Parts: sequence; structure tokens; C-alpha cells
Amino acid sequence: MKIAIASGKGGTGKTFVATNLASYISEHESTSLTDLDVEEPNSALFIKGDRIFSEEKFKVIPEWDRSDCTLCGKCQDVCNFHAVLKVKNGIMVFPELCHSCYACSELCPYSSLPMKPVRIGTLNHYRKGKLDFIEAKLDIGEEQAVPLISQAGDYVNYHLKNNISVCDCPPGTACPAIESVKDADLVLLVAEPTAYGFHDFTLMVKAMTGLKKKIAVIINKSGIGNDDTLIFCEKNSIPVIAKIPHYRKLAVCYSKGELVYDRFGFMNSEMEKIYSYIKESAE
Amino acid sequence: MKIAFTTKGKGWDSEIDPRFGRTEFIFIFDEDNGETESIDNSGVSEHAHGAGPMTAQIITEKNVQVLITGNGPGGNAERVISSAGIKTFAGAGGMTAKQAYDAYKKNKLKQI
Amino acid sequence: MKEIVVISGKGGTGKTSVTVSLAFVSSEKTVLADCDVDASDLPLILKPETVSQEDFYSSELAVIDYGKCTDCGKCFGICKFNAIEKKDGKYYINSLNCEGCGYCSHVCPSEAISMVKQKDGVLRVSDTRLGKRLFHAELGPGAENSGKLVAKVKNTAKKYARENGSDYVLVDGSPGIGCPVISSLSGADLVILVTETTLSGFHDLKRVVELVKKFRIRMGCVINKADINSEVCADIKEFIGSEGIELMSEINYTEDFPGAISSGLSPAEYSPELKREFESVWNKTMKLTGDK
Repeated sequence: MKIAIASGKGGTGKTFVATNLASYISEHESTSLTDLDVEEPNSALFIKGDRIFSEEKFKVIPEWDRSDCTLCGKCQDVCNFHAVLKVKNGIMVFPELCHSCYACSELCPYSSLPMKPVRIGTLNHYRKGKLDFIEAKLDIGEEQAVPLISQAGDYVNYHLKNNISVCDCPPGTACPAIESVKDADLVLLVAEPTAYGFHDFTLMVKAMTGLKKKIAVIINKSGIGNDDTLIFCEKNSIPVIAKIPHYRKLAVCYSKGELVYDRFGFMNSEMEKIYSYIKESAE
Repeated sequence: MKIAFTTKGKGWDSEIDPRFGRTEFIFIFDEDNGETESIDNSGVSEHAHGAGPMTAQIITEKNVQVLITGNGPGGNAERVISSAGIKTFAGAGGMTAKQAYDAYKKNKLKQI
Repeated sequence: MKEIVVISGKGGTGKTSVTVSLAFVSSEKTVLADCDVDASDLPLILKPETVSQEDFYSSELAVIDYGKCTDCGKCFGICKFNAIEKKDGKYYINSLNCEGCGYCSHVCPSEAISMVKQKDGVLRVSDTRLGKRLFHAELGPGAENSGKLVAKVKNTAKKYARENGSDYVLVDGSPGIGCPVISSLSGADLVILVTETTLSGFHDLKRVVELVKKFRIRMGCVINKADINSEVCADIKEFIGSEGIELMSEINYTEDFPGAISSGLSPAEYSPELKREFESVWNKTMKLTGDK
């Protein structure tokens, strides 16, 4: 079963929930945690396992081969992303702008733009007990998160056979967030009950509903703001399956990269509630 | 020498635009014959991505040899600019094109 | 006219709270721009009233004209994004997967495929209760975020600022390190980094500093929730010192931040102590963007 931990606003506690939840579940059954917030992955600060695999990740982009090129400029004409430019003495390709559609490469009359791999980031696979942890990290300056998120998802699908897969998703409702929830059976939204949190939360609910995803809500820093989030969920029949209190000690542990699910009784109970909900949903 | 300036308006009194890719105007001065030209670059800004290289393509097609700007072009634009052998001078932000030209002639701008 | 951009790398550090507090204490003629278009939050505190709005078109989607389509399947053969589906010998576009590359439109022998611009969001110009104008936008869910929209918000803000003799444009930047942040940064005179004393916050701060350095823009830093972890706080101070980044403020964790937001106010309006702190940050901002 695939669970995505997402949110509208950044800083609501996705990584906090994802790392603690996955660690908790892994004490009961085989679990994987994948950090898909590839621009700023932080889960590795909390999960200390043994690295069992590491690889560079690539996307393919066209590379100019001057041998038969006549500088006809057809490549520039067919590129919708301005990633291929005809300049005075040649053809220039801009890797960060390229979406790897192959149009210029396959439509070039002289085969002067063969597709070649270029590195976009790294993927690391760690193991700790029954927990498999995958971290995908985008190289600085690399603009597009989606190709790496997609490849990280593929890695999990092909290589891991865990019962439960948890994904720490990027914040927001733009392409990266949407790509990260694509395969999820259940999306757990981590909501921060403040004015900003609530506003962004409603945008996220709209986006997930649009994608026809099953959603449930975890309220984090409960008590920091007001009840608008709870009222909204009730009105829209969205289950609120856990409430983590606004408690300074949790923030302090988080600041040190420490997990808390096994340190505080109330955290353990909240993790259990989420786990039960996941098991029920699987039936 | 043909010199290009990234400007916010037309002519010598317009302020230098610190950006390159999405600069509002490109002001070109030909030192050899004293001619000037102002190109409206707003069309480039209309594109979601790749503004830098597109603007760079415009100045290379105009056979410019020197570029004077504010912050400096980003990586992609820089590739196009250097491939054409154009020299870039930054640090003109806040000046008018006239002031920037004077600063350039007095070696007060930073070549990047 | 100076441009100040507030960014954070990591979400939740208090970037928007800092920006909105600076908006409150800043000079009377400051113009505000919310470039966090994915989840625009400045409006929640500033209670804007729309003066004008404009639809924003950016991404393109392929559309098949079935009057011209001959079911040859060439489009299906070349699409790299699984955006063309075959069902009972006919072909359909899956718009969720369509990347907007246009390859199919180039190969269709009957010219039955056209690329249609999509409305990705809305750009707004508003008056706020602070008497300062706000330029902002909302991006539709799943829409492609881009430098273009961010640039458009900023350009419209800057044009207005120039026409009205404003001294400053204060920008709430985008989170992360990708394309929208890069567009938020370009043209800035000062970047204010808002960070928090957690390992995650520090980790992301380093990544974002590396990005800003490429653009050679001056940086200042506000350490928020400073007392959560004194060790990380010290490490952050050492790091910014070594990078030549000015420490503009250190704010201990206070319930006044969420308290203010719940009351629909910026923290600077809610607490006199915070007001003084942000006035000091604003003074430093003016100094850092003054004549070199």
C-alpha cells in the first residue's frame, strides 16, 4: 500500500510525520520511506541506517554533433521550451530547460542531436531493521524536480517489495507535489491549524480531490491556531485521523534530528491511530 | 565597437536594467558611426523559460562586441554570449546608459 | 528604487511572517510583491482589495481535431510522456500527462493536433490595509510554476514602483531552489534569508546560499526561532559569518508569531517588542541597499 505524506504549506511537519510514522510501522512490518522532496530532502537527518545502494540519476538531453549539421535551425523551431538555440557557429542546448521530449533529436534531418544522459542528482538506499529508506536529491542549479521524483518512484516500484510504502512529498500544489502523489493509494495531509496553514490546506484538498485521491488529515501543532481546519474537514467529510499537539519539546527533538515516536506516550498513540487507519483502508 | 546595454527604457537617459534575460529593452550603440537602436525585449519576457539565451541570441545577431549590464547574465545566457566572443561588464545597476558608458570607458565597470 | 527579496529554502521558517512585518514597518511608499505563487499567503494578513486582475497563460496542452484526424497513430508512436492513449483504434490525449512539448503537433500528417495555451493562474493588483499596493498571483493546482509568472508579478510591481516614486519593492520569494526562486532573485539588490535553528533549516539554508552566490547578490540573514537549538544557532552564525552574510536579527521562538497570524496581523503589529526588532531589520535593510 502506498501512502503519500503531503501538505499545501511548507513547514507543517511532513518530514516529522513521515519519518516517525515509517519508523513506527517498521517495528511491525516491512516498510519503506522515500523522500521525494528532492529539492530539499531532509529525512536523512532523522533516519540513520546502513547505506546499501547508491547511484547517480540522469535524464537524457540532446547533444550537438557538428559532423553533418547544416545549421538549418529546425531543432530550434520544434523546441517548445527554448532549450535549443541556433547561434552563429553552432547549436546550443540548455540542459535545465530541456524536457527530454526528443522532438529536436528525432526530427533533425541530419541526426545531429543524439540524446545523451546528463546527471540530475543522486539516489541513496539505506536500511535500518525492517525499514528501507530511499533519498533522492536534486543537484543544485538543476531546475526540474519532476524527472527525479518520477525515477525515485520507479526505483521503489521495481526494487522494493515492502508491505507499506511511505513517501515524504514536496510542499505545494505545483508539478513536483502532483508527481509525488501520482501512485499513492492514500494521501495523508499534514495540516497546521494557522491562517496560512489553513489557506494552503484548502488548496491542497482541492488539488487532491481533482486527482480523485483518497485523503485523510493529520493535524500537527494542534492548539497553535484555531479550529477552522477541523470544521472544514467535518463539513467536507474528510477524516481527521490524528492530532499531534503543539509542544516545544517535539520541536527541540526535531531540531536535533531525533525521532520522537518512541519517546513520548502521546506520540506513540497518534502513530498507532494513523497505522490502524492505514490498515483499515487497505481492506 | 558595438555596445549593448540592458535598459529599462529607450535612449541614453534610461536606467540600466540590472537583469539580463528579462530586461525590458536592449539599447545598442555603434561607436564607429554613432548610431543607436532601442529594441523592445518584452516579447522575450512572455516566455516561461529560456529568457536569458533568447535575449543573448538577439545581441549576438546584432554583432555586438560588448555588453553592459547590472547583475550579470545567468549561466545559460552567459554560454551564448561567450560563444560569440562578447565581453560582459557588470555593476552598472542604478546608472543611466550614458553614465554606464562613461564608467565603462573609464574602466570603472567590472568585467565578468 | 531598491528590490529586496525574502527567501528561505525550507518552508515554515517564518519567511512570510517576516515579510509581512517588514511590510508594516517599511517606508510609506514601499510596494509589495508576493512571488510565492504556488501558495500565496501575504493576502491573508494584508486583506487586499483587487484593483485589477489578469489571467495568466503559460503551459500548452495538445488538442486533437477529430475532424482532421485519420487515426494513423503517428502521435502515439512518438509521445515520450504516455500522454496519448489508444482505445479501439482511436487516439486520445491524456491532459494530465501532456508535457506540452508539441512533438505530436509537428509529426501529425493531417495537422490535426494543435497546442493550446492553458490558463494557469491569475495575476492580481490590490490595495492593502497598510496603504501599500500588493502585486500577487495564484497558480492553479498542478499547474507548472515558472520563472515567467514570478517575473511577471515582479515586473508589474517594479513598473508601478517606478511610476509612483517608490523607494522599495519588497518581495516574498518562493521556497526551494528551483526555477521560481531563481526568477524571484534576478534583479534583486538584497536577499534576506530567513532560517530556523533546526538541522533541516540549516541544511536548506546552505543550499539556498549556494544558489544566491551564483547571482552575486548581497545577502542578509534573520534567524527565527533562535532559541530552539543553541548549538545549531551558533553553527548558523559561524556559517553566515564565513560567507560574509550580515546577521540582521535573531528572534527567539515566541507565541506572538502564531498569535499575530491568528488575529490577522503581522507579528510587528501584534507585539511592540517585535515591532522594534523589525524596525531595526528595516533600518539595516536600508543601509545594506544604500549607496555602496
